[in-house]
Amino acid sequence: MQTNALSGGFADPAIDSAHAFRRVMEAMARPGTIHDIAGAAPPAPMSPAMGAVLLTLCDADTPIYLAGDMECDAVRAWLSFHTGTPFVCPAQCMFAVGRWNALLPLSAYSLGTSDYPDRAATLIVECPELAPKGATLTGPGIQDKALLSLPEIDAFQANQAQFPLGLDFIFTCGDRLAALPRSTKVA
Amino acid sequence: MTERAYNFAYLDEQTKRMIRRAILKGLAIPGYQVPFASREMPMPYGWGTGGVQVSAAVLTPDDTLKVIDQGADDTTNAVSIRSFFQRTAGVATTTATRDATVIQTRHRIPEEPLREGQILVYQVPIPEPLRFLEPRESETRKMHSLEDYGLMHVKLYEDIARHGHIATSYAYPVKVEGRYVMDPSPIPKFDNPKLGNMAAIQLFGAGREQRIYALPPYTQVVSLDFDDHPFEPSKADHPCGMCGGTDSYLDELIVDDAGGRMFVCSDTDYCEGRQAAGHKGKDAA
Repeated sequence: MQTNALSGGFADPAIDSAHAFRRVMEAMARPGTIHDIAGAAPPAPMSPAMGAVLLTLCDADTPIYLAGDMECDAVRAWLSFHTGTPFVCPAQCMFAVGRWNALLPLSAYSLGTSDYPDRAATLIVECPELAPKGATLTGPGIQDKALLSLPEIDAFQANQAQFPLGLDFIFTCGDRLAALPRSTKVA
Repeated sequence: MTERAYNFAYLDEQTKRMIRRAILKGLAIPGYQVPFASREMPMPYGWGTGGVQVSAAVLTPDDTLKVIDQGADDTTNAVSIRSFFQRTAGVATTTATRDATVIQTRHRIPEEPLREGQILVYQVPIPEPLRFLEPRESETRKMHSLEDYGLMHVKLYEDIARHGHIATSYAYPVKVEGRYVMDPSPIPKFDNPKLGNMAAIQLFGAGREQRIYALPPYTQVVSLDFDDHPFEPSKADHPCGMCGGTDSYLDELIVDDAGGRMFVCSDTDYCEGRQAAGHKGKDAA
């Protein structure tokens, strides 16, 4: 057992995850807004923001897919100890974790069903930067329009076109996060 | 064990994570009812078990909580839920709409417009707007997935055929972002116009029925109607007896055995604020 897998969790789980969830919820409710999130210290290559999101939302009920360089012993051991989450293939995951290119193709993930569109995967994407520029976002949660640096545009347009089915995205970078639900129109 | 007898905000962490995931999916699909594994709460169904679970999942120790029941801060339901979270989450509480960060409500939207950063949590008895038209969950689920809402329009039409106008006065169905028909909980239809384009996040929790749904800020919400019978928010055609306000939703109170009555604001905080500002109605002492 690696000793560093045991550290880096929330110091006060109930309080820290309550604060972290509010940031995640604000991000999901107001697509394009960028929020600070703190409390977690996961092993590289995972960012503190991504670690905090996973500690807040994941447990033994939420199968995770680790993509690309996130699929490593350090990350597995850390997530196993702190969340107890099972690791699965893309088609079965509730959360997929990785960098954009490693997560592709998006067709691998569950979009939900027309009866239960909530049974769709959430992708947590580690980004090199997170800034209010680039793609223009409109839709629920956005008063006029918002700007967000997205890794590409076509994939999110195709995802939105399937509403109410579709994937939801959380973008993390360092200790900040933003989100893009399936309801947001991207241009 | 610490000196605290309960986990922060009463619920255990795994339950809160499950509710939080449901809230996020609800925000991603505005108006869609997300199933969740509702827990037994230390209060009976019908007293806001859904709203309490949603509030417990979103509260942080920094929040200021306001709880209203039909607009009033001082009724049994509101007082007990407020003291429940005072004791289990240690949050500050208030009766002032503008000072609150989380507002749990039973059947009203505060008169004062809400702002960004606030969260409005509704207690919902029957989340399914089609339930009284179609009792089978398997069928209503199919109707939502096929966007088959003709039955709801037939119901509103029958209202017109029978009464000459749409007689539904509370829990008036709305369509969210042109997709899902949603039950706004039994708020008076007077409050329906406030649902859309609101700056605050709106979360709906139905404990017995095990559903959570949500409206992100600035979401388009349209009350169902017909071109020749447009939606009309309505209220008692009187000024408030205490504060004289003419634009707030009113409760009718019977004040004696001779049929005497008075109308007062249902939103107690709004009414008290107006009275403190010097407004006086005809029944004010």
